[in-house]
Amino acid sequence: MSNTTQTQQAKKKHDIPSGKRSPAPAEGLSGSEILLRTLVDLDVDTIFGYPGGAVLPIYDTLYKNTDLNHILIRHEQAGTHAADGYARATGKPGVVLVTSGPGGTNTVTGIATAAMDSIPLVVFTGQVPTNLIGNDAFQEADIVGITRPITKHNYLVKDVNQLEHVIREAFHIAVNGRPGPVLIDLPKDMINAKGSYTGHKSVSIPSYNPVTQGHQAQITKAAELLSNAEKPLIYVGGGVMLGEAWEELTAMAERLNIPVTTTLMGLGCFPESKPQSLGMLGMHGTWTANMATTECDVLLAVGARFDDRVTGRLDGFSPYSRKIHIDIDPSCISKNVHVEVPIVGDVKQVLPQLDKATQKPNTDKWWATIRKWQKEHPLRISHKEGVIKPQEMIKAISKATNGNAIVATDVGQHQMWAAQHYTFNHPRSQITSGGLGTMGYGFPAAMGAAFGVKDRPVVAIVGDGGFQMTSCELATAVQYKLPLKIAIMNNGCLGMVRQWQELFFENRYSHSILSASNPDFVKLAESYGAVGLRATTPDEMHEVLQKAMDINDRPVVMDFVVEAEENCYPMVPTGAALYEMVEGDD
Amino acid sequence: MSSVRSKAKEQKQKHTISVLANHNLNALCRIVGIFSGRGFDIDSISFGTGERPGVARITLTTQGDEHIVEQITKQLHKVIDVIKVKDLTYDPYIERELAIIKVTTTPASRSEIMQITQVFRAKIIDLSQDNLSVEVTGNKDKIDAAIEMLRPFGIKEVARTGSVALKREFNGTI
Ligand SMILES: Cc1cc2nc3c(=O)[nH]c(=O)nc-3n(C[C@H](O)[C@H](O)[C@H](O)COP(=O)(O)OP(=O)(O)OC[C@H]3O[C@@H](n4cnc5c(N)ncnc54)[C@H](O)[C@@H]3O)c2cc1C
Ligand SMILES: Cc1ncc(C[n+]2csc(CCOP(=O)(O)OP(=O)(O)O)c2C)c(N)n1
Repeated sequence: MSNTTQTQQAKKKHDIPSGKRSPAPAEGLSGSEILLRTLVDLDVDTIFGYPGGAVLPIYDTLYKNTDLNHILIRHEQAGTHAADGYARATGKPGVVLVTSGPGGTNTVTGIATAAMDSIPLVVFTGQVPTNLIGNDAFQEADIVGITRPITKHNYLVKDVNQLEHVIREAFHIAVNGRPGPVLIDLPKDMINAKGSYTGHKSVSIPSYNPVTQGHQAQITKAAELLSNAEKPLIYVGGGVMLGEAWEELTAMAERLNIPVTTTLMGLGCFPESKPQSLGMLGMHGTWTANMATTECDVLLAVGARFDDRVTGRLDGFSPYSRKIHIDIDPSCISKNVHVEVPIVGDVKQVLPQLDKATQKPNTDKWWATIRKWQKEHPLRISHKEGVIKPQEMIKAISKATNGNAIVATDVGQHQMWAAQHYTFNHPRSQITSGGLGTMGYGFPAAMGAAFGVKDRPVVAIVGDGGFQMTSCELATAVQYKLPLKIAIMNNGCLGMVRQWQELFFENRYSHSILSASNPDFVKLAESYGAVGLRATTPDEMHEVLQKAMDINDRPVVMDFVVEAEENCYPMVPTGAALYEMVEGDD
Repeated sequence: MSSVRSKAKEQKQKHTISVLANHNLNALCRIVGIFSGRGFDIDSISFGTGERPGVARITLTTQGDEHIVEQITKQLHKVIDVIKVKDLTYDPYIERELAIIKVTTTPASRSEIMQITQVFRAKIIDLSQDNLSVEVTGNKDKIDAAIEMLRPFGIKEVARTGSVALKREFNGTI
């Protein structure tokens, strides 16, 4: 099979399957009816939403509709995170439906989270009727204005006969090129007005044509650099996930025997059990990954954006390497770090071309250095009798799920330990808010993933702080009988903040201790009708995990009481270079 | 070392950027938002219909080193409604701005103001007992100069359009 047919097949994921889910064209339909028909035609099966005045006509239409699965979330922020988790787990755009005013503003954090990580979402917000816009009408908010900087594009619908087309455009924009969230504001009169549904599927936006094919001359240059490298390194980012190019990447790295490090967003794109994997790089990356980044002579960045949490101090970032950067978004190239060989294009298309043009470099000496680093500086786990160490908790979850779970995390120490110690061997398995670092994301995102993927266990790993930001969603998880496992790393504090206060503010724990006021998480779970389990020792932890894995008709909340004052290492302090990372004292 | 930018590229310079975009307010807001949201400067911006109906031509002037201006043009490109972005700075281009300058006059100063107006090939487009309005067209420097020459007489109000610019086709001097 040639590369082109392969890519064409892969691209098919965004095309809309025709067949029995294609509603028939019709005239005289209400805006609500047109909306739902278009969604069905676009192969949407799940919507995360919450009703309110401005969207009641849509909810009335939904009442009679059986083709769409509407999930009643309990807070619009969480609903947006759920749609985002659904998108990351399935590769399909997440869909959100909320009312005007507060319904819309509650989605803002969710939209910004998706925007920072390039996640495709389509968010529908109700709006006051067109003739009232600008009047400070009840529950009016200029959501198009508010979300302009955090959406890839947004629309205010002004003609019911444009609605179908706008929706099709929105989905096209959300998933193509560098993906991202798109918002559609629906004034109430547009929802009620009568118009037609055409079923015309084609979308063409003359002003939007992302480049997907890599420039051949650039690919040749890159291949030359790689073929002649003595110390090459592949730095894999979320773009490989978004572009679904994990197979191409794995094939190339294995054939050329080049070491691979991934960003937080790229975890799972290259199986971590393979000998070429060095784990994550960056602020909390492995010693080996950070040293290899520093020492390499050719750095191949694939769908990664040289984030400051990855590079550390810029003048110390990979100072000896010549850099190749494959990215679909030209604005990401040479934004933070100058690269010698930029290749604008889709990873799925460029990687096989590059693979074909590259000869296996001689990396034996390089590997010897790397193996030495790995041996001398492994990730450290201190052990303490009778106490659950956070790292051991992650290891235990990794083992209990055979590394096959979809793991969504919240933000904080537990997030970094999960990135370090869970062995991610599969793509679309690690779901986390990387760019915005949104606490409250993990649990609802796991929920969204569980709605989209039924045949794999889904685990939310959360901190006791972040979980409380969206724990209301326990109601949703119970209502829909989701077999979710929620593992709370309960250290009684805002761990990541406490760590920084210990290291950089002389132990002044200003407003970061939660233990005195935390709820009883077991009772909290039970009050919603979920299962609640607690472990305070390693033995109990294994028992609790065992029990939880066997419960499949409702969510289980596991309250793991862990060592409170554990710090997450290695760590590159802010302002330091990667090679100045500290490994901690234990 | 590759991560360090060369000195030559760090020189701050004036750039004139021409953008074609779908003629709607969301597009304009997004374009301006790139500047405010990412901390870039705008010296002037003009927005109007271009050669095709439904398509606006926006001329922006900004300051920045090569790296910043490259980011600006790339970010402008990302706006879905933006059709084309061209940094005119590196090629010959024609640039004009129009200003209306309202100056306080006295019977004694009037003729001197009129002389200055002639030097700038400007036009007087409004006249009253104690005011006179001058329309002047040219590049930014010429308008700055005209304003400075008129300032001693007492400038009451100034309205400037901001630059409009197109690539120059004729390579000689006109
Ligand atoms: C507490 C905390 C600590 C963190 N510590 C670390 C850390 O130690 N290490 C770390 O790595 N991160 C860390 N992060 C995450 C970090 O902030 C960034 O989110 C992350 O590094 C960005 O990952 P990325 O470069 O893979 O880019 P992403 O945000 O995943 O961006 C994807 C890139 O790929 C491009 N792309 C998209 N689709 C395609 C395609 N089809 N073809 C080609 N290119 C494409 C995009 O244009 C973009 O440039 C941390 C976050 C938090 C909250
Ligand atoms: C919405 C939001 N507010 C504040 C922060 C800043 N912040 C980052 S990590 C952290 C502590 C998280 O504590 P917890 O959820 O208990 O997780 P832990 O670090 O203990 O694993 C805080 C407050 C954030 N990332 N997001």
